[in-house]
Amino acid sequence: MDKTYYNPDDLKKFGDVGEFQKELADKFFDYYGTVFADSALSAREKSLIALAVSHAVQCPYCIDAYTEESLEKGYSEEQMMEAVHVAAAIRGGASLVHGVQMMNKVDKLSM
Amino acid sequence: MKSLIAQSHPLSDPKAQLDVINNKTEKLKSLEKFEDKLEEIGLEPLKPTGIEIFQINVGYMCNMTCKHCHVDAGPDRKEIMTKETLQYCLDALQDSDIETVDLTGGAPEMNPHFRWFVDEVSKLGKHIIVRSNLTILDTRKFEDLPQFMADRGVEITCSLPFYSKRRTDIQRGEGTYDKSMKVLKLLNSIGYGKEETGLRLNLVYNPVGAFLPPNQEELQQQYKERLWNDHEIVFNDLYTITNLPISRYLTFLVESGNLEDYMEKLITAFNPGAAQGVMCRNTISIGWDGTLYDCDFNQMLQMKTNHGAPDHIKDWDLDKLNNREIVVDQHCYGCTAGMGSSCGGATV
Repeated sequence: MDKTYYNPDDLKKFGDVGEFQKELADKFFDYYGTVFADSALSAREKSLIALAVSHAVQCPYCIDAYTEESLEKGYSEEQMMEAVHVAAAIRGGASLVHGVQMMNKVDKLSM
Repeated sequence: MKSLIAQSHPLSDPKAQLDVINNKTEKLKSLEKFEDKLEEIGLEPLKPTGIEIFQINVGYMCNMTCKHCHVDAGPDRKEIMTKETLQYCLDALQDSDIETVDLTGGAPEMNPHFRWFVDEVSKLGKHIIVRSNLTILDTRKFEDLPQFMADRGVEITCSLPFYSKRRTDIQRGEGTYDKSMKVLKLLNSIGYGKEETGLRLNLVYNPVGAFLPPNQEELQQQYKERLWNDHEIVFNDLYTITNLPISRYLTFLVESGNLEDYMEKLITAFNPGAAQGVMCRNTISIGWDGTLYDCDFNQMLQMKTNHGAPDHIKDWDLDKLNNREIVVDQHCYGCTAGMGSSCGGATV
Protein backbone atom coordinates (compact mmCIF):
# COMPACT_ATOMS: atom_id res chain seq x y z
CA MET A 1 0.00 0.00 0.00
CA ASP A 2 1.57 3.26 -1.11
CA LYS A 3 -0.61 5.69 0.74
CA THR A 4 -1.34 5.67 4.44
CA TYR A 5 -2.66 8.25 6.87
CA TYR A 6 0.56 7.98 8.88
CA ASN A 7 3.97 8.73 7.36
CA PRO A 8 6.93 8.38 9.76
CA ASP A 9 8.66 11.34 8.07
CA ASP A 10 5.75 13.59 9.01
CA LEU A 11 6.97 13.55 12.60
CA LYS A 12 9.92 15.69 11.51
CA LYS A 13 7.41 18.25 10.19
CA PHE A 14 5.57 18.56 13.51
CA GLY A 15 6.92 22.09 13.95
CA ASP A 16 5.32 23.09 10.64
CA VAL A 17 1.90 23.27 12.32
CA GLY A 18 3.00 26.80 13.25
CA GLU A 19 2.68 27.84 9.62
CA PHE A 20 -1.11 28.02 9.94
CA GLN A 21 -1.29 29.32 13.52
CA LYS A 22 2.03 30.49 14.90
CA GLU A 23 0.99 31.90 18.25
CA LEU A 24 -0.72 28.77 19.50
CA ALA A 25 2.02 26.53 18.08
CA ASP A 26 4.70 28.59 19.82
CA LYS A 27 2.80 28.36 23.09
CA PHE A 28 2.33 24.63 22.69
CA PHE A 29 5.99 23.85 21.87
CA ASP A 30 7.19 26.11 24.65
CA TYR A 31 4.85 24.31 27.06
CA TYR A 32 5.91 20.92 25.64
CA GLY A 33 9.58 21.70 26.18
CA THR A 34 8.93 22.77 29.77
CA VAL A 35 6.87 19.66 30.50
CA PHE A 36 9.73 17.38 29.46
CA ALA A 37 12.52 19.23 31.24
CA ASP A 38 14.11 17.96 34.44
CA SER A 39 11.95 19.09 37.34
CA ALA A 40 10.23 17.28 40.22
CA LEU A 41 10.37 14.30 37.87
CA SER A 42 13.52 13.77 35.83
CA ALA A 43 13.49 14.03 32.03
CA ARG A 44 14.42 10.35 32.11
CA GLU A 45 11.34 9.38 34.14
CA LYS A 46 9.14 11.55 31.94
CA SER A 47 10.32 9.77 28.79
CA LEU A 48 9.10 6.42 30.14
CA ILE A 49 5.77 7.95 31.20
CA ALA A 50 5.48 9.40 27.69
CA LEU A 51 6.15 5.96 26.20
CA ALA A 52 3.31 4.46 28.23
CA VAL A 53 0.93 7.31 27.40
CA SER A 54 1.85 7.03 23.71
CA HIS A 55 0.51 3.48 23.79
CA ALA A 56 -2.57 4.49 25.74
CA VAL A 57 -3.46 7.12 23.12
CA GLN A 58 -2.13 4.85 20.34
CA CYS A 59 -0.19 7.59 18.59
CA PRO A 60 2.29 6.04 16.10
CA TYR A 61 4.41 9.19 15.98
CA CYS A 62 4.66 9.29 19.76
CA ILE A 63 5.49 5.58 19.96
CA ASP A 64 8.36 6.01 17.49
CA ALA A 65 9.62 9.12 19.23
CA TYR A 66 9.46 7.85 22.79
CA THR A 67 10.78 4.38 21.99
CA GLU A 68 13.92 6.06 20.67
CA GLU A 69 13.93 8.53 23.54
CA SER A 70 13.61 5.71 26.11
CA LEU A 71 16.56 3.86 24.54
CA GLU A 72 18.56 7.07 24.64
CA LYS A 73 17.64 7.50 28.29
CA GLY A 74 19.10 4.07 29.05
CA TYR A 75 15.96 2.03 29.66
CA SER A 76 16.03 -1.69 28.98
CA GLU A 77 13.56 -3.49 26.71
CA GLU A 78 12.06 -5.11 29.80
CA GLN A 79 11.43 -1.76 31.48
CA MET A 80 9.92 -0.33 28.31
CA MET A 81 7.57 -3.28 27.89
CA GLU A 82 6.50 -3.01 31.52
CA ALA A 83 5.59 0.62 30.86
CA VAL A 84 3.45 -0.52 27.91
CA HIS A 85 1.77 -3.04 30.19
CA VAL A 86 0.92 -0.23 32.59
CA ALA A 87 -0.86 1.50 29.70
CA ALA A 88 -2.56 -1.75 28.72
CA ALA A 89 -3.63 -2.44 32.29
CA ILE A 90 -5.13 1.04 32.65
CA ARG A 91 -6.91 0.76 29.31
CA GLY A 92 -8.16 -2.75 30.12
CA GLY A 93 -9.12 -1.71 33.62
CA ALA A 94 -10.96 1.30 32.27
CA SER A 95 -13.20 -1.02 30.25
CA LEU A 96 -13.61 -3.57 32.96
CA VAL A 97 -14.42 -1.15 35.74
CA HIS A 98 -17.45 -0.08 33.67
CA GLY A 99 -18.67 -3.58 34.33
CA VAL A 100 -19.77 -2.20 37.68
CA GLN A 101 -21.95 0.31 35.85
CA MET A 102 -23.40 -2.57 33.85
CA MET A 103 -24.02 -4.51 37.05
CA ASN A 104 -25.67 -1.47 38.64
CA LYS A 105 -27.96 -1.14 35.63
CA VAL A 106 -28.75 -4.85 35.70
CA ASP A 107 -29.67 -4.49 39.38
CA LYS A 108 -31.89 -1.55 38.63
CA LEU A 109 -33.68 -3.23 35.75
CA SER A 110 -33.96 -6.65 37.28
CA MET A 111 -36.65 -7.91 39.60
CA MET B 1 31.08 -14.52 12.01
CA LYS B 2 33.81 -13.44 9.61
CA SER B 3 35.21 -9.92 9.38
CA LEU B 4 33.95 -7.78 6.50
CA ILE B 5 37.35 -8.01 4.91
CA ALA B 6 37.31 -11.83 5.03
CA GLN B 7 33.85 -11.77 3.46
CA SER B 8 35.16 -9.43 0.71
CA HIS B 9 32.26 -7.19 1.69
CA PRO B 10 32.11 -4.01 -0.42
CA LEU B 11 32.04 -1.93 2.77
CA SER B 12 35.33 -3.38 3.99
CA ASP B 13 36.91 -0.75 1.72
CA PRO B 14 37.38 2.56 3.59
CA LYS B 15 36.84 4.59 0.40
CA ALA B 16 33.51 2.86 -0.16
CA GLN B 17 32.52 3.65 3.44
CA LEU B 18 33.28 7.35 3.00
CA ASP B 19 31.42 7.36 -0.28
CA VAL B 20 28.35 5.82 1.34
CA ILE B 21 28.13 8.30 4.22
CA ASN B 22 28.71 11.23 1.86
CA ASN B 23 26.87 10.23 -1.30
CA LYS B 24 24.67 7.14 -1.02
CA THR B 25 21.43 9.13 -1.31
CA GLU B 26 20.38 12.64 -2.33
CA LYS B 27 19.56 13.30 1.31
CA LEU B 28 23.07 12.32 2.44
CA LYS B 29 24.60 14.47 -0.28
CA SER B 30 22.58 17.43 0.94
CA LEU B 31 23.70 17.18 4.58
CA GLU B 32 26.05 19.87 5.81
CA LYS B 33 29.71 18.90 5.62
CA PHE B 34 31.53 18.50 8.91
CA GLU B 35 34.20 20.95 7.82
CA ASP B 36 31.56 23.61 7.14
CA LYS B 37 30.07 23.02 10.58
CA LEU B 38 33.51 23.56 12.11
CA GLU B 39 33.93 26.71 10.01
CA GLU B 40 30.67 28.10 11.41
CA ILE B 41 31.96 27.82 14.97
CA GLY B 42 35.48 29.00 14.18
CA LEU B 43 37.20 25.62 14.61
CA GLU B 44 38.27 25.03 11.01
CA PRO B 45 40.98 23.91 10.51
CA LEU B 46 40.76 21.72 13.58
CA LYS B 47 44.04 21.88 15.50
CA PRO B 48 45.35 19.86 18.43
CA THR B 49 45.38 21.29 21.93
CA GLY B 50 48.48 19.19 22.59
CA ILE B 51 49.02 15.45 22.53
CA GLU B 52 48.39 13.90 25.94
CA ILE B 53 47.33 10.41 24.92
CA PHE B 54 49.43 8.05 22.81
CA GLN B 55 46.94 5.47 21.58
CA ILE B 56 48.48 2.42 19.96
CA ASN B 57 46.43 -0.06 18.02
CA VAL B 58 48.63 -3.12 18.49
CA GLY B 59 46.65 -5.27 16.06
CA TYR B 60 43.26 -6.04 14.61
CA MET B 61 43.17 -9.66 15.76
CA CYS B 62 40.43 -10.36 18.29
CA ASN B 63 38.76 -13.42 19.77
CA MET B 64 35.38 -11.79 19.11
CA THR B 65 33.53 -10.33 16.10
CA CYS B 66 31.12 -7.79 17.58
CA LYS B 67 28.40 -6.47 15.30
CA HIS B 68 29.24 -2.81 15.81
CA CYS B 69 33.06 -3.07 15.68
CA HIS B 70 34.59 -0.05 13.95
CA VAL B 71 37.87 -1.96 13.55
CA ASP B 72 36.28 -4.94 11.77
CA ALA B 73 38.37 -6.98 14.18
CA GLY B 74 38.15 -10.73 14.53
CA PRO B 75 40.03 -14.01 14.71
CA ASP B 76 40.68 -13.85 10.96
CA ARG B 77 42.55 -10.50 11.10
CA LYS B 78 46.30 -11.00 10.96
CA GLU B 79 47.50 -7.39 11.26
CA ILE B 80 49.69 -7.31 14.38
CA MET B 81 52.21 -4.66 15.43
CA THR B 82 55.77 -6.00 15.32
CA LYS B 83 58.33 -5.65 18.10
CA GLU B 84 60.29 -3.31 15.87
CA THR B 85 57.34 -0.93 15.51
CA LEU B 86 56.62 -1.18 19.24
CA GLN B 87 60.24 -0.15 19.80
CA TYR B 88 59.68 2.94 17.62
CA CYS B 89 56.74 3.76 19.90
CA LEU B 90 58.98 3.42 22.97
CA ASP B 91 61.57 5.67 21.36
CA ALA B 92 58.94 8.33 20.70
CA LEU B 93 57.57 8.05 24.23
CA GLN B 94 60.98 8.21 25.85
CA ASP B 95 61.60 11.72 24.56
CA SER B 96 58.16 13.14 25.27
CA ASP B 97 56.05 14.46 28.14
CA ILE B 98 53.07 12.39 27.03
CA GLU B 99 51.81 10.70 30.18
CA THR B 100 49.20 8.24 28.98
CA VAL B 101 49.67 5.22 26.73
CA ASP B 102 46.38 3.71 25.60
CA LEU B 103 46.57 0.18 24.16
CA THR B 104 43.77 -0.91 21.90
CA GLY B 105 43.04 -3.42 19.15
CA GLY B 106 41.47 -5.91 18.32
CA ALA B 107 42.20 -7.55 21.58
CA PRO B 108 45.50 -5.86 22.51
CA GLU B 109 46.35 -8.78 24.80
CA MET B 110 46.70 -11.00 21.70
CA ASN B 111 49.78 -9.15 20.46
CA PRO B 112 52.64 -11.59 21.22
CA HIS B 113 54.80 -8.72 22.56
CA PHE B 114 52.08 -7.34 24.83
CA ARG B 115 53.70 -8.24 28.16
CA TRP B 116 57.16 -7.07 27.09
CA PHE B 117 55.73 -3.78 25.84
CA VAL B 118 53.66 -3.11 28.98
CA ASP B 119 56.79 -3.72 31.04
CA GLU B 120 58.85 -1.32 28.93
CA VAL B 121 56.21 1.43 29.00
CA SER B 122 55.85 0.89 32.72
CA LYS B 123 59.60 1.45 33.15
CA LEU B 124 59.19 4.83 31.42
CA GLY B 125 56.79 5.81 34.21
CA LYS B 126 53.85 6.28 31.84
CA HIS B 127 50.25 5.59 32.79
CA ILE B 128 48.92 2.62 30.79
CA ILE B 129 45.33 1.99 29.76
CA VAL B 130 44.41 -1.37 28.23
CA ARG B 131 41.14 -1.60 26.31
CA SER B 132 39.98 -5.12 26.99
CA ASN B 133 36.99 -7.01 25.67
CA LEU B 134 36.96 -8.96 29.00
CA THR B 135 36.25 -12.34 27.41
CA ILE B 136 39.89 -12.75 26.34
CA LEU B 137 40.81 -12.81 30.03
CA ASP B 138 38.57 -15.84 30.46
CA THR B 139 40.87 -18.01 28.34
CA ARG B 140 43.60 -20.27 29.67
CA LYS B 141 46.37 -18.50 27.76
CA PHE B 142 45.55 -15.14 29.27
CA GLU B 143 44.21 -16.05 32.70
CA ASP B 144 47.26 -14.66 34.51
CA LEU B 145 47.08 -11.32 32.71
CA PRO B 146 44.78 -9.58 35.23
CA GLN B 147 47.38 -10.01 37.98
CA PHE B 148 50.18 -9.04 35.57
CA MET B 149 48.33 -5.80 34.78
CA ALA B 150 47.46 -5.17 38.43
CA ASP B 151 51.13 -5.51 39.41
CA ARG B 152 51.99 -2.74 36.94
CA GLY B 153 49.08 -0.47 37.87
CA VAL B 154 47.52 -0.78 34.43
CA GLU B 155 44.10 0.84 34.08
CA ILE B 156 41.56 -1.47 32.42
CA THR B 157 38.79 -0.04 30.28
CA CYS B 158 36.45 -2.70 29.02
CA SER B 159 33.41 -3.10 26.85
CA LEU B 160 30.02 -3.75 28.37
CA PRO B 161 27.41 -2.30 26.01
CA PHE B 162 24.58 -2.66 28.50
CA TYR B 163 23.86 -3.90 31.98
CA SER B 164 21.47 -6.53 30.63
CA LYS B 165 22.40 -9.89 29.16
CA ARG B 166 20.02 -9.56 26.23
CA ARG B 167 21.45 -6.40 24.75
CA THR B 168 25.07 -7.29 25.49
CA ASP B 169 24.81 -10.67 23.78
CA ILE B 170 22.99 -9.21 20.76
CA GLN B 171 25.93 -6.93 20.03
CA ARG B 172 28.86 -9.05 21.17
CA GLY B 173 27.74 -12.65 20.76
CA GLU B 174 25.91 -15.26 22.80
CA GLY B 175 27.50 -15.94 26.17
CA THR B 176 29.47 -12.68 26.27
CA TYR B 177 27.52 -11.23 29.18
CA ASP B 178 28.08 -14.24 31.44
CA LYS B 179 31.80 -14.36 30.63
CA SER B 180 32.08 -10.63 31.20
CA MET B 181 30.47 -10.92 34.62
CA LYS B 182 32.87 -13.74 35.52
CA VAL B 183 35.92 -11.68 34.52
CA LEU B 184 34.65 -8.52 36.21
CA LYS B 185 34.29 -10.49 39.45
CA LEU B 186 37.82 -11.78 39.02
CA LEU B 187 39.11 -8.25 38.43
CA ASN B 188 37.25 -7.06 41.55
CA SER B 189 38.78 -9.89 43.55
CA ILE B 190 42.31 -8.66 42.83
CA GLY B 191 41.40 -5.07 43.64
CA TYR B 192 40.25 -3.61 40.33
CA GLY B 193 37.36 -1.13 40.55
CA LYS B 194 37.84 -0.51 44.25
CA GLU B 195 38.62 3.07 45.23
CA GLU B 196 41.14 2.13 47.93
CA THR B 197 43.45 0.13 45.60
CA GLY B 198 43.91 2.75 42.88
CA LEU B 199 43.42 0.00 40.29
CA ARG B 200 41.01 1.62 37.90
CA LEU B 201 38.35 -0.41 36.11
CA ASN B 202 36.11 1.43 33.66
CA LEU B 203 33.26 0.16 31.55
CA VAL B 204 32.30 1.29 28.07
CA TYR B 205 28.69 1.61 26.92
CA ASN B 206 27.86 1.54 23.19
CA PRO B 207 24.29 1.91 21.93
CA VAL B 208 23.08 -1.44 20.63
CA GLY B 209 21.33 0.10 17.66
CA ALA B 210 20.77 3.32 15.74
CA PHE B 211 20.41 5.73 18.63
CA LEU B 212 22.56 8.00 20.76
CA PRO B 213 23.95 7.16 24.20
CA PRO B 214 22.10 8.19 27.35
CA ASN B 215 23.42 10.80 29.75
CA GLN B 216 26.68 9.32 31.04
CA GLU B 217 26.20 10.23 34.70
CA GLU B 218 22.65 8.88 34.88
CA LEU B 219 23.57 5.69 33.06
CA GLN B 220 26.59 5.13 35.29
CA GLN B 221 24.23 5.20 38.26
CA GLN B 222 22.00 2.59 36.58
CA TYR B 223 24.99 0.38 35.78
CA LYS B 224 26.33 0.65 39.32
CA GLU B 225 23.00 -0.29 40.86
CA ARG B 226 22.30 -3.15 38.49
CA LEU B 227 25.78 -4.68 38.53
CA TRP B 228 25.98 -4.46 42.30
CA ASN B 229 22.46 -5.76 42.93
CA ASP B 230 22.67 -8.57 40.37
CA HIS B 231 26.34 -9.58 40.64
CA GLU B 232 28.05 -7.64 43.46
CA ILE B 233 30.36 -6.09 40.86
CA VAL B 234 31.95 -2.66 41.31
CA PHE B 235 33.75 -0.40 38.85
CA ASN B 236 35.05 3.16 38.70
CA ASP B 237 33.63 5.04 35.72
CA LEU B 238 31.28 4.35 32.85
CA TYR B 239 32.13 5.86 29.48
CA THR B 240 29.33 6.36 26.98
CA ILE B 241 30.58 6.14 23.41
CA THR B 242 28.58 6.99 20.28
CA ASN B 243 28.85 4.54 17.40
CA LEU B 244 30.48 6.18 14.40
CA PRO B 245 29.00 5.35 10.99
CA ILE B 246 31.89 3.29 9.70
CA SER B 247 32.83 -0.36 9.18
CA ARG B 248 30.49 -3.00 10.67
CA TYR B 249 28.23 -0.45 12.31
CA LEU B 250 27.85 1.24 8.93
CA THR B 251 26.80 -2.06 7.35
CA PHE B 252 24.16 -2.37 10.08
CA LEU B 253 22.91 1.16 9.35
CA VAL B 254 22.73 0.48 5.61
CA GLU B 255 21.14 -2.97 5.89
CA SER B 256 18.57 -1.87 8.48
CA GLY B 257 17.57 1.27 6.55
CA ASN B 258 18.71 3.55 9.37
CA LEU B 259 21.62 5.34 7.69
CA GLU B 260 19.90 8.58 6.63
CA ASP B 261 18.06 9.03 9.91
CA TYR B 262 21.18 8.28 11.93
CA MET B 263 23.31 10.77 10.01
CA GLU B 264 20.59 13.39 10.38
CA LYS B 265 20.35 12.64 14.06
CA LEU B 266 24.10 13.10 14.55
CA ILE B 267 24.07 16.38 12.65
CA THR B 268 20.97 17.73 14.40
CA ALA B 269 22.62 16.90 17.72
CA PHE B 270 25.88 18.68 16.77
CA ASN B 271 27.17 20.34 19.91
CA PRO B 272 29.83 23.07 19.54
CA GLY B 273 30.99 22.32 23.09
CA ALA B 274 31.58 18.70 22.14
CA ALA B 275 33.45 19.83 19.02
CA GLN B 276 35.80 21.86 21.23
CA GLY B 277 36.58 18.73 23.24
CA VAL B 278 37.00 16.08 20.54
CA MET B 279 39.65 13.53 21.45
CA CYS B 280 41.71 13.98 18.27
CA ARG B 281 42.81 17.31 19.75
CA ASN B 282 44.75 15.61 22.56
CA THR B 283 45.36 12.14 21.11
CA ILE B 284 47.54 10.57 18.47
CA SER B 285 46.67 7.16 17.09
CA ILE B 286 49.34 4.73 15.93
CA GLY B 287 48.32 1.94 13.58
CA TRP B 288 49.62 -1.63 13.71
CA ASP B 289 52.13 -0.84 10.93
CA GLY B 290 53.31 2.39 12.57
CA THR B 291 51.22 4.77 10.49
CA LEU B 292 49.97 7.83 12.39
CA TYR B 293 46.35 8.95 12.49
CA ASP B 294 44.32 11.60 14.29
CA CYS B 295 42.17 8.93 15.94
CA ASP B 296 41.35 5.21 15.83
CA PHE B 297 38.35 5.91 13.56
CA ASN B 298 40.47 7.76 11.01
CA GLN B 299 42.85 4.83 11.25
CA MET B 300 40.13 2.43 10.14
CA LEU B 301 39.27 4.79 7.27
CA GLN B 302 42.98 4.93 6.37
CA MET B 303 42.95 8.73 6.71
CA LYS B 304 46.55 9.35 7.77
CA THR B 305 47.80 12.47 9.51
CA ASN B 306 48.23 15.05 6.80
CA HIS B 307 48.98 18.67 5.98
CA GLY B 308 52.74 18.32 6.40
CA ALA B 309 52.68 16.38 9.68
CA PRO B 310 54.68 13.13 9.87
CA ASP B 311 52.54 10.10 9.09
CA HIS B 312 54.72 7.30 10.47
CA ILE B 313 56.07 6.60 13.93
CA LYS B 314 59.60 6.36 12.47
CA ASP B 315 59.34 10.08 11.65
CA TRP B 316 57.90 11.08 15.05
CA ASP B 317 58.09 14.82 15.61
CA LEU B 318 55.98 16.02 18.54
CA ASP B 319 56.19 19.71 17.63
CA LYS B 320 55.00 19.10 14.10
CA LEU B 321 52.24 16.77 15.28
CA ASN B 322 51.09 19.26 17.91
CA ASN B 323 50.70 21.83 15.17
CA ARG B 324 49.08 19.60 12.57
CA GLU B 325 45.68 20.05 10.96
CA ILE B 326 43.33 17.24 11.90
CA VAL B 327 41.76 15.33 9.00
CA VAL B 328 37.96 15.23 9.17
CA ASP B 329 34.99 13.83 7.26
CA GLN B 330 31.28 13.13 7.86
CA HIS B 331 31.94 10.32 10.38
CA CYS B 332 33.33 12.96 12.75
CA TYR B 333 29.76 14.02 13.56
CA GLY B 334 29.70 10.93 15.78
CA CYS B 335 32.10 12.56 18.24
CA THR B 336 30.28 15.90 18.35
CA ALA B 337 26.68 14.77 18.86
CA GLY B 338 24.90 15.46 22.12
CA MET B 339 27.23 15.27 25.06
CA GLY B 340 30.12 14.32 22.78
CA SER B 341 31.99 11.05 22.52
CA SER B 342 35.57 9.93 22.91
CA CYS B 343 37.55 6.93 24.13
CA GLY B 344 37.10 8.51 27.56
CA GLY B 345 33.34 8.85 27.13
CA ALA B 346 31.27 12.04 26.97
CA THR B 347 33.25 15.23 26.47
CA VAL B 348 30.79 17.86 27.70
